[in-house]
Amino acid sequence: MDKLNIDHHISQRFNEELEEIRNHVMTMGGMVEQQIASAIEALVEGDSELGQRVVRDDHKVNNLEVRIDEECNRILARRQPAASDLRLIVAIMKTITDLERIGDEAEKIGFLATRLAEAERPGNAYSELEHLGNHVRNMLRTALDAFARMNPDAAVEVAREDSKVDREYEAIIRQCITFMMEDPRTIRRVLDMIWCARALERIGDHAKNICEYVIYLVHGKDVRHIDIEDVEREIRDA
Amino acid sequence: MIEQARTHGIDVSALKRGGERRSLASEEACMQVQDMSLYYGEKRALNGISMTIPRQCVTAFIGPSGCGKSTLLRCFNRMNDLIDNVRTEGRILLDGEDIYARGVDVPILRQRVGMVFQKPNPFPKSIFENVAYGLRLKGMNNRRELEEKVEWALNAAALWDEVKDRLHDSAFGLSGGQQQRLVIARAIAIEPEVLLLDEPASALDPISTLKIEELIYELKSDYTIVIVTHNMQQAARVSDYTAFMYMGDLIEYGDTDTLFTKPRKKQTEDYITGRYG
Repeated sequence: MDKLNIDHHISQRFNEELEEIRNHVMTMGGMVEQQIASAIEALVEGDSELGQRVVRDDHKVNNLEVRIDEECNRILARRQPAASDLRLIVAIMKTITDLERIGDEAEKIGFLATRLAEAERPGNAYSELEHLGNHVRNMLRTALDAFARMNPDAAVEVAREDSKVDREYEAIIRQCITFMMEDPRTIRRVLDMIWCARALERIGDHAKNICEYVIYLVHGKDVRHIDIEDVEREIRDA
Repeated sequence: MIEQARTHGIDVSALKRGGERRSLASEEACMQVQDMSLYYGEKRALNGISMTIPRQCVTAFIGPSGCGKSTLLRCFNRMNDLIDNVRTEGRILLDGEDIYARGVDVPILRQRVGMVFQKPNPFPKSIFENVAYGLRLKGMNNRRELEEKVEWALNAAALWDEVKDRLHDSAFGLSGGQQQRLVIARAIAIEPEVLLLDEPASALDPISTLKIEELIYELKSDYTIVIVTHNMQQAARVSDYTAFMYMGDLIEYGDTDTLFTKPRKKQTEDYITGRYG
């Protein structure tokens, strides 16, 4: 399914270059997804070893960002892409920036998971953070899928999910405040929980950004910083 | 709030979303093409083209070989009259008057609508005489006046500094890029309203090409410029509006920013991105 026909260039070499660069973005996306999954697991299972591995592996994500950026620069310089090709390169350059940030958030959670593994564990084993984590992980997966298939409708769906994530985050914060009021000795641990929730909420925001780039890529409409209803209207009009 | 906070003296109101896109509707018309068709014998080369050329803007025609872009350009100063077997239908208005109407003085039309071709074609005369030629035809004979006008035209064509010490040398001693700028100087010396450029830089090296492009940008404040080019990046660099033609049809015509980032028609997209249809 390739509505933009990016493999239809007269230059076969250009088709290959674009295909390669897209594959690298998907690889980077998969890597980041794995980092989130491991970070959440480390948190829930209290596995400090796994948390440390997430921290150690972040540089792999960073390296891939630098490499994809180089490939984009090369295409800009040598091919001077226009129209959908240009939008593809711009969308990729922005997407990998968000992916790299997601990687940083996962690293943060990995670090906090290691620290929390030393502390007393709550009865529910951080199930609310696990739930939020799986939520944003799904968002990211759908966003990357929308990117791979160039499917703006799926992208809108993800953008809609982001407000649910925000509500879930608010609920966790309220709960954390209650914990701290009940027993001030938990403040240090609960603060770390809040940092985790914050990192997960940010991942949701980055996933939403990626969806906006998909809409830009397919429709040529810049839908950043506008309400979801307006986004849908813009797409209908496109 | 944002307006007041940390804007470093920059007027943020200018940064409104999509605020500066230009549109053909807001431009003053210089030339209007109305349902123009052209036949070479039996073969139809233009299929009822209608479009407006905006005043003091650069309009670029792009499209594959044989799409009719040069043919259309030549309609603008009736250069096709010189070709046997050519028949036209439709009208082209210059400042509201039909240039194909009976009784139009074609040499005067060509003074108002100047043209520059792909290959520089200076006359076998001195640099000075090349530019002065059209002025003399118009009846300017005063030496002083001629000298002033030639200097002005060479300056406008960004050539003066390179040739001021050798004005009376043969024009053939100039490089290709200089010759092309000389031809442009010759065209603008008689102060046309419209300047038609048919692949003006395709025989030039990249530096000369950039000088011609810079010149086009300078000239548009005084002239309406229409350029035919095979080089899409050139169209993207120099033009305000771009028309994409294919097989004698005008497929898409609009502001250059939109055409090169989000064309409306698939045919345009395929052409500018180098895809097969």
